[in-house]
Formats: sequence, structure tokens, C-alpha cells
Amino acid sequence: MAGATTAGRAHAPSVSSRFMRLSATPGQIALALGITVFLVLFLIVPVGTVIYVAFTEKGTGEFTLVNFLDFARTDLFIRSFWNSVYVSAMSVVVASIFALPLAYITTRFEFRGAMLIQTLGFLPLIMPPFVGAVAMLLLFGRNGTVNLLLDEWFGVKIPFMEGLNGVIFVQAVHYFPFILINLSTALRNIDRSMEEAAQNLGSSGFRLFHRIVFPLAMPGYIAGASLVFVKVFDDLATPLLLNVKDMLAPQAYLRVTSIGIADPMGYVISVVLICMSILAMWISARAMRGKDYATVQRGGGGLAKRTMRPWESALAYATVLLILLLVLAPHIGLLLLSFATIWSFSPLPDAFTLAHYGRVFGESFVYIKNTLLYASIAGLIDVVLGIAIAYLVLRTKLIGREWLDWAATAALAIPGVVLGIGYLRTFYGVQLPDGTPLATLWITIVLALAIRRLPYALRACYAALQQISVSLEEAAENLGATKMRTVRRVVLPLMAGGILAGFVTSFATAAVELSATLMLVQSNADAPLAYGLYVFMQSAAGRGPGAALGVIAVLLVALCTFASHMIIEKSQKAKGASR
Amino acid sequence: MLRHSVATAALIGTALFTGAAFAQSGKVTVVTSFSKDVTDPFKQAFEKAHPGVTLDVQNRNTNAGVKFLEETKANNQVDIFWASAPDAFEVLKSKSLLQKHKPKAEGIPDKIGSYPINDPENLYSGFAASGYGIMWNDRYAKANKLPEPKDWQDLAKPVYFDHVAMAAPSRSGTTHLTIETILQGEGWEQGWRTLKEVSGNFRQITERSFGVPEAVNSGQVGFGIVIDFFAFSAQASGFPVKFVYPTVTTIVPANVAVVANAPNKAGAEAFVDYLVSPAGQEVLLEPSIRRLPVNPAVYAKAPADYPNPFKDPSLGARVKFDVNVSEKRTNVVDVLYDQTVTFQLDALKAATKAIHDAEAAIAKKDNADAKALVKEARDLVAVMPVTEQQASSSEITGAFTGGKEKGARQAELEQQWAAFAKERYQQAQAKAEQALKLAR
Repeated sequence: MAGATTAGRAHAPSVSSRFMRLSATPGQIALALGITVFLVLFLIVPVGTVIYVAFTEKGTGEFTLVNFLDFARTDLFIRSFWNSVYVSAMSVVVASIFALPLAYITTRFEFRGAMLIQTLGFLPLIMPPFVGAVAMLLLFGRNGTVNLLLDEWFGVKIPFMEGLNGVIFVQAVHYFPFILINLSTALRNIDRSMEEAAQNLGSSGFRLFHRIVFPLAMPGYIAGASLVFVKVFDDLATPLLLNVKDMLAPQAYLRVTSIGIADPMGYVISVVLICMSILAMWISARAMRGKDYATVQRGGGGLAKRTMRPWESALAYATVLLILLLVLAPHIGLLLLSFATIWSFSPLPDAFTLAHYGRVFGESFVYIKNTLLYASIAGLIDVVLGIAIAYLVLRTKLIGREWLDWAATAALAIPGVVLGIGYLRTFYGVQLPDGTPLATLWITIVLALAIRRLPYALRACYAALQQISVSLEEAAENLGATKMRTVRRVVLPLMAGGILAGFVTSFATAAVELSATLMLVQSNADAPLAYGLYVFMQSAAGRGPGAALGVIAVLLVALCTFASHMIIEKSQKAKGASR
Repeated sequence: MLRHSVATAALIGTALFTGAAFAQSGKVTVVTSFSKDVTDPFKQAFEKAHPGVTLDVQNRNTNAGVKFLEETKANNQVDIFWASAPDAFEVLKSKSLLQKHKPKAEGIPDKIGSYPINDPENLYSGFAASGYGIMWNDRYAKANKLPEPKDWQDLAKPVYFDHVAMAAPSRSGTTHLTIETILQGEGWEQGWRTLKEVSGNFRQITERSFGVPEAVNSGQVGFGIVIDFFAFSAQASGFPVKFVYPTVTTIVPANVAVVANAPNKAGAEAFVDYLVSPAGQEVLLEPSIRRLPVNPAVYAKAPADYPNPFKDPSLGARVKFDVNVSEKRTNVVDVLYDQTVTFQLDALKAATKAIHDAEAAIAKKDNADAKALVKEARDLVAVMPVTEQQASSSEITGAFTGGKEKGARQAELEQQWAAFAKERYQQAQAKAEQALKLAR
């Protein structure tokens, strides 16, 4: 922490005067109002129409808080609550173990294939629903490849996927890219002179990392880690896949989707999830308060990249390969599955075929088109909102500005099915002039995706802005630039890396979203890839084609990710050259 | 974006217009939980039989489908609801979301097995049936040297411990019917005893019906309690799985209904009529679908070994099934199972394992005290927190449906039942462990 506070002290004199000068302008107030209206319309109202049930008595519909008392008195819910806390915290730890070496090695050293590794390290986030789970079980399950081989060779089996520890393992593999991508961006943004100063003073090696480099990259790490915590806390798909039901999110889901029982407890749990998510974000913001992570000098391509000695290089490659092999195993499994004829209780498929790709080739085109369209619009909306909210929270003194952040973050805690029902309830009654309900238009799906993935882009933009020193903006304004021009010419270019990271995360995860989509898709012509996947994965014969569709989805998103990494790299180089 | 929405609007517009002008034309919108393998052949056959009509299939899981119809009823755009679970249709019926239609079809009996094919008020109709049974992965069974099961009771044997899976009855309407059949067939107390003895051997209780065949197909679980067509279609795709109907099995219907205020009512009725017509019934015989037709005459065209519930009395006919009893306590049975088994599976399995170990020890070295203890342990596992009368009483059923009368709240009952079961499983485990010590 010493590095961060030292960096902070350098700016200390400007702190008090800065806040006086950066109070809200009418433009900022209008922006805040606009965002508020958007969030109220597409998040708070639809969700409110569904979860108000948590505060009513069953049967009479009168207002009551007794349901929350019931929550506290039910052993199952209390057990679920602590299980969720434990799993989320441990997932952050394990995810950090995966992410730290990858991020550090690829940004800190001259390393061949760094960009490829960044892209590959991002893939686990794109786990197509259902088929990703099947692939994971076929590899790591009780009778998956690894355990069948271990059993044959040594007579032992490792319970990778059993109970809470199984959930931690799968969640860490799945969500560690949140840390990787945000931490890498932060590392790239660190002022090279800080490191040089430390080196001149005699610091090097691990000490340099944990006293100077890591503390300066803290905003990125916190952004990623808090996302992992909240996302794991609110995720229902993985625990259900592993048949772990005593966690909060699965309990909420099981109750919200039970047929014919009017049970308020599902919504009570949703409220608890939302409160916990906001609390986690508040704690992470609190942990960073009073510290200044901004550095003035920018655009040197981040940390000075060093060359490694041969043995260091070998060690680094071995570490990177090992981690990549582990976290990409599900995707390797998916690839095998998409070419497999039959894969059942055996280390590898019985035989291979191209038939599954043939089957999905014709119909997947419309799915691909829709997915690209929906996910990129949703990603754009998220980035725009993310920048705006981050700017309002960090650069203005508007009262209640943190609530914009928290409201957007709460979207993480809302089960997709609740959002889907809320959208139908709110927008199906609204009719277009020709009588078509508003909710049948595909733009509704896009809005739902945007709301669900907004927290990802927001965290990335937030971290990026935290690393920019206000003095740069002050300088621009002193030279006569307007606020608008300052944001456009100074803030946005400096945030570019974070913005792209945010876009990629939102885009990629929106491309494989299913739960809200399943509620809102109105016809095959409007359906995205995830829906096509769902349709296939309901029958034994559909497993291969489903996997093929999953591979297509992953490739598609990977290509887009790779392209945006190229752009980041290029712009960094260009900035470095112009310096 | 604009072009897209205009096209959609135009399409819907045309559908509305032509739908009104000519019967049986335009677009028929179907919300279904059936997979592509089932819907595609029907879509092709139906569109061929009715030129000019397109079947627009929207796949949703049963629950999402029910919620969708509920939320969109003010401006309904769906013509047909098509799914397995009879309970989903009951919910839709109780919310007046279905429209009466008596299919024009000859030769369809009132009952298949002991279950009525059609809703008595003709709000929904059965078009196919399926039997419940045991499916297993042959490679798994051979590798673990497990015998082939023949009956439900076989699955309670110690050898199958940790090898069996089933969908939760609260999540799968068809599993619910199987549970209810066992409860009605064996009586409330004995029925629950059997259920818990089998459940004590479970590896997992999945939250969706297809989760079970998926786990068996990939070899993660050896044995699954499933509907027959899951096994047959897996066999047709080449998976190394086998299937057996137990001596007493339930036959459950799959249903179809016209949605209230359907935009294309004529088209919707034509589709229902087609499903139960001989031509539609024959589609069921396709290997990728393989469900049991409700028209007995169609079995003449089936392959030789095709199960025929109208001829084979073990398929459903031996079971007595009272729909009224079942309907009254649906929620209570589901929640009882969830609270005493699904969410207490670890405790139940620990008790079951201890009982198996003790019995194995007694088999080697007889001991009267140990035997008595094991019997006590088994009774502790089997006992239920509510009696059969209480299960259908309005104080308890009202807690789930949200009746106006003030009884105990659902959450209170759940906590009571869960605590009741957990305490007894722990006691049972302690007694069984004591018995093991005595018999050693």
C-alpha cells in the first residue's frame, strides 16, 4: 500500500481545491437525470413490479416484513447464505491465483504471444450455457476424462466438481478473466516513472511488485475482484449444474420458477442478493477511499517491459501454459464434444465426425447475425453508460451519485428470469401504433442484455478513470478547454484501454446470455445463438450440434476480443511513439 | 432496426388478416417445451398437410412458457401451448388462459393406463403418452459391476448407493406424477418409506427433467429414473444406455391446448386436430420422438417391440390413480419431498449408508439388539411430519396456494418439516452406527 499512498501524497495539496472547482454543471445534472431515467425505466420499474411481492403477505397482498423474519428463521436460507459468502470469497482467492501470474507476465515482460494469451485467458468467460457444463463434466466430473484416467492408473479419483469446493473451482475458472482483464489494463496504465523511481532507490524483483506495481494497479484488481465476488454470489447456473442447491441464488431461482406455488420467499432472497451486492460494492469503494491511484504521466505503454533471462523465461512459459491448460479445459472439452460421435463414460470420444457442424451450418447464420447485432449494441450502451456513471461518481459532487453506481451494480443480483418477467409485465401492455406489443420487438432483448451486463463495463470504466489524475483535466481547463472538450480530448483517450476492456466483457458475456433471453425471444428469426443452443440441448441427439453451435459462439467472441486487443496494443504503441 | 420491426409488424399483420379471412391459413404460433427433435417432424408433417400454414415454434421451458402466457395475456399473440407436464396445464386452466376445444378425432379412449387422456372440460387434450422407468449407462454399470435393475425396489438395494439420479418432483411435472402414483399405489406411509429408501441411494436430484438423461448419457451417473422417450431417443443417437419398465409403471400423458384469445384460433384448432388424427399420431412413432400414441389403432403400424399400453397391463393399467386426490395435495407432496429429501440429501444419505453398513454386518454375524436398532433407524428415516389427512387439509394446502385464511405460512411449514426430517435422519444414523458396533 505504501506505493499508492506515496503517490497519493504527491497530489495532496490539490485535493481540497479540486473538489471545490469540480462541482456539478447543468450539463452534468442533465446527464445524471438522463441515466436515472434510463435505469428507472429499464431496471428499477420492471424489477420492482416483480419483487415487490417480497414485501406482501401471501393471500391478502398487504404490506408486511414478516417474510424477511421467515428468511432469518429458516435454517436452509441461513445455511445457503453462509455457503454463498464462503464460495464467493474463496472464488476470489482462487481466481486471483489464476489471474495474477497471467496478467503480470504478459504486461510486465517482453513476452512472445502476450496478446494471444490475453485473448485465450479471456475465453473462460464465454461459456455457452448447458453445453459448457456438459463439457466440464465430461472432463472433470466423477467419471470424466481426468478421473477415469486417474482411476485406471492410480486407483484414485479427485472430487473436482463435488459440493461447495466444486463450485469454487468451476466459478474461479469461469470468472477469473474479470480480474485478468481489469488488472492487465491497470498495469498497462501505470506511470513508468514510478517504477523507475523505485528502481533507482534500489527496489527490484518481488519487492518492486508488491510494494509499487501491484498497489498502483489496485483499482483494476479491486474492480475485477469485486465483480468476481458479486457475480459468484449471484450466479445460479453453476451451483445448479453441480447440483448444489443450498446457496442463495439457486434457492431464489428454484422458488421464483416453481409452477403454481405463489411463494414470496424467492423474491425475498432476490432482495437479499441485491442488498449483498450493493454492500460488497460499497465495501470495495470504501477500501479504496482516501487513497489516490492516479498518476500524471501517461501513455508510455505502461510499465517498462523487461526481457527475461532464459530460465525465467522457461518458468514463465511453463506457468502460463499450465494455467491456460487448466482454465481452457472446458473449451477443449467443448471442441472435442462438437466433433464427437458418442462420448460416454470414456476418457475420449468413441469416434469423430463433422456431421454436427453440417447440421447447424444452415440455421446458425441467423443466430450469429442476431447475436453480433444484439451483443454489440448492448456493449455500446453499457460502455456509454459506464463512462457516464464513472465520470459522475468520480468527478462530480452531485448528491446521491453513488446510487447510480449501486443501482447499476444491483443488476448483477437480479436473476435473468426476474428481469425477463419484469420486462414482459412492464412493456407488453405498451403497444406500437399497429398493435404490436413493445416487448415483442428485438430491441427489448438488447435492453435486457445491456442492463444485465452494465456492471461489467461500469467497473472497467470506473477503474480506468480512477487511474487518471485530475490535474490533467485541470490543466486542460486552465488552458481554456470546456468540460465537454476536456472529456472528449483528454479523459476519453486516456480511458481507452479500460473502455475497450469494458466493451469486450459486456459484449462477450451478452453473447452467451440465456435466462432473460429465453423469456423475451418471440420468434426464431429474432433469436440469438444462446437460444439456438438451448433448443438443441434438450435432447440426446442435440448434444453434438449444440456443442458445435457453442464452439461457433466462442470463436466468434474470441475473434472480436482478439481484434480489440489488437486495437489496444496499437493505440498504446502509437501513444508511445508520439511521446 | 426499423426494417426489422416493420417486417415483424407486417408479418403479424398478414397473419391476423389472413387468419380472419380464411380458416387454417397464416401463422400458428406454438409455445412448447419439446425439443427440436420432436417439433421439427411435426412442423414438417403439419405444414405438408395444411399448405399455406406455417408453424412458428417458440421453445421455452415449461415454467417460462407458463409465465410468458400469464404476463402477455392482455395482448396474447400465442395460439398453442404444447408440453408434457399436466400440472402446467392445470395452472393455465385455473388462470383461464386456455380455450375450450374438443378435438375432432375418432377412436381415442377416455383413459390411457389409469390416467384420463383429456381434460374433462376439454380445455386441454392428451396427444401422446409416455411411461416411466429406469435408464442406465451400460458402460458405467459394467465398470462398477452393478446388476441390471428390474423394479423400483431394486434401486433401494445397498449396491446402488450413490449411483442413482432423479429430477425433483417440484421441478418436473412427470416425476411428480410418478411420486404420486407410488404414494397412491402403496399408501401414504409405505409409499414415503419406499421413496426415501430409493432416494437414500441418490447421487443427485436434478432441477430439470433432461438433467437426468444427460447425466446418464455422459456416464456421470449410472442409473436414472426417467420417462421412456429420453432413453429411447438416446439409444437412437447411439448412446450405450438401456431402459426397463418396472412391473408397475405410470403412464403420463403429454398435452396440447389452444390458448385463450388465440390470434389464429382456426389454425390452432387445426393443429390440435392434426396431432390426434391418425396421420399426426403416426409421427409419434419416429425414432427421434418415440412416444406412445393415444389412438390404439396406430400401434398396428408400430415396430414389433413397441410398447403398447392398451394391450400390456403392466404399463399403467395396474396402477390406481385418483386425479382428485393428486390435485388437492400437489404442492404439499412437492414441498414435502423437497424439504425432507432434496434439501436434506446429505443427511439422508449418511443415515442410509449407516443402515446399509449395519445390515451388512448383521448379515455376517446375527445380533438381535442390532437388528432392533436398525429397524428403529429405518422407521426414523421413513416417518413423515404430516399424515395423509393433513396433507390434503385446507390449513396446509392454503399455505402454498395463498388462500385467504390465516394458517401457518409456507416458510414456517418448510422450516418445521426440514427440521423434523434432519433431526430424525441424524438419530437414525446414530442408531445404525450403534447397531454396527454391536454386530461387529
